[in-house]
Amino acid sequence: MSLLALSDITIRYSRLTAVRNVSFSMEEGEILFITGPNGAGKSSLLRAIAGVTPVAGGRIDLAGHEITGQAPENIARLGLSMVPEGRDVFGSLTTEENLLVGTGMHARERGWRSRAADELEAVYATFPMLKERRHGQAGLLSGGQQQMLVIGRALMTNPRLVAIDEPSLGLAPNINDQVYERLIALRAQRQLTLLIVEQSSARAMMVGGRMILMRGGQIVLDGDARTLGNGEAIQAAYFGYEDH
Amino acid sequence: MLQILFDALSLGSLYALGALGIALIFGVMRLVNFAHGDVIAFCVFALLWPSTDAMAIVFAGQLPWYLLVPFVLLCGAGLSVLCEVVVFRRFRQANPATMMIASFALGFVIRYFLLMLFSSRPKSISLLPELSQPVEILGARLPLLQLITIVATMVILIGLTLFLRQTRFGLEMRAAAENFSMARMLGVRANRVIMGAFALSGALAAAIALIFGAQTGTLDIQMGASIMLMAFIATVIGGLGSLGGAVLAGFLLGAASVIMQVMLPIDARPFRDAFVYGAVILVLLFRPQGLIAARGTKERV
Repeated sequence: MSLLALSDITIRYSRLTAVRNVSFSMEEGEILFITGPNGAGKSSLLRAIAGVTPVAGGRIDLAGHEITGQAPENIARLGLSMVPEGRDVFGSLTTEENLLVGTGMHARERGWRSRAADELEAVYATFPMLKERRHGQAGLLSGGQQQMLVIGRALMTNPRLVAIDEPSLGLAPNINDQVYERLIALRAQRQLTLLIVEQSSARAMMVGGRMILMRGGQIVLDGDARTLGNGEAIQAAYFGYEDH
Repeated sequence: MLQILFDALSLGSLYALGALGIALIFGVMRLVNFAHGDVIAFCVFALLWPSTDAMAIVFAGQLPWYLLVPFVLLCGAGLSVLCEVVVFRRFRQANPATMMIASFALGFVIRYFLLMLFSSRPKSISLLPELSQPVEILGARLPLLQLITIVATMVILIGLTLFLRQTRFGLEMRAAAENFSMARMLGVRANRVIMGAFALSGALAAAIALIFGAQTGTLDIQMGASIMLMAFIATVIGGLGSLGGAVLAGFLLGAASVIMQVMLPIDARPFRDAFVYGAVILVLLFRPQGLIAARGTKERV
């Protein structure tokens, strides 16, 4: 059974249809990039999966449970960790408090405190810079550091699926490289299932894995990122040449 | 001189507690709760047995203080949570203006409910009379009540700070106040946090009710509204949603009121509030975002 399955998802903002009848599924351990130009509906799709944007039609399943119309906090409990666009660091909280916010959802389970402490150490081991600034205000971290923080924060709850919206947004290219280096290392280390939204397909081709290309609220291509990247099909699909 | 300082502190305490109650709810819900003043009035009348007679029939007011205080605090928290569950929960997705109007309506419902039970005549009550005895501190004679007001406010402020800084629920509340939808995506339960904020806010309203009732000795259905107005202004000056700002501005307003009462020429004193509001306008002209701008006044989803 798939870890995540979307069938026939439609998302509307009043009269504008952002996503039209999109279906795809994802297996455990997979890395999937959703790419496409601005306004293709990528972020809407991700927000719908997280439960913060309502869907107008269709059905979403996560880890064997239907999550269509569920509250974000319940979807998080089923194992989805979301890193939204613009990072959404809690700026007035300290770095460490940011990391700890999500751990409370396991508070009913035995031994959650020691597990949270272990997770914290693991995140600090991956991002030593966060440990240095653990008691500093998170709003004062640089953009790259904040991106590391929200990735760390997403890992704190030991999720089954990590969804990241535009990790490159607003970061210098070399910082962005560092973020991806860590992500790939983490994926190998923890067998993470990653769903990443990026505007450009270049990163997907570099990292490899599966890639879905969206345009105008629909999926236009779905396949292996490296083979798709070599063809002219991707350019045509991205820019929509076949329309002219 | 010391007298003025204590007057300013005790009046400021009332405003600060009121402003805090409003800022707590605004923080998590972007709701300016105009029913807050009527929750205060409700808590005061919870001391009496319902009757429309001019004579007050004291009910809970007779309890010894160690039962009286928890009883009134529970009344406030209970009513406030009830307002959330029955009314505000339906308006979660509505825009802030709609929620604000709903809170006005709710305030009127509470007020007319009290009017029905107690009539509009102000009632006098001697609440905890042992507190009106004067004490002497550094040569100034102060009513014991004033001292207790200031100490109680400090204890509440410190307690609330510790609660927000040190507990898991406090952490979740601070996260939710800054970015509600991100907090939910991290598994923070929206309903629990919002109900917690309402309970705290209601308990703060009850604390004001106790202090105010003991200070004035008269219970009036309108009394919540007057404190509420000042408290609301304090929240705005403090920077809507900023708890520290609300407290600071509450004390500043209290100080401004007391100082103007003393400094203004006798003829101008009846217009003291006009001068205070004038000062408020000046502050907002120079710092429209409030003294301490709140983080995360971002649109919530």
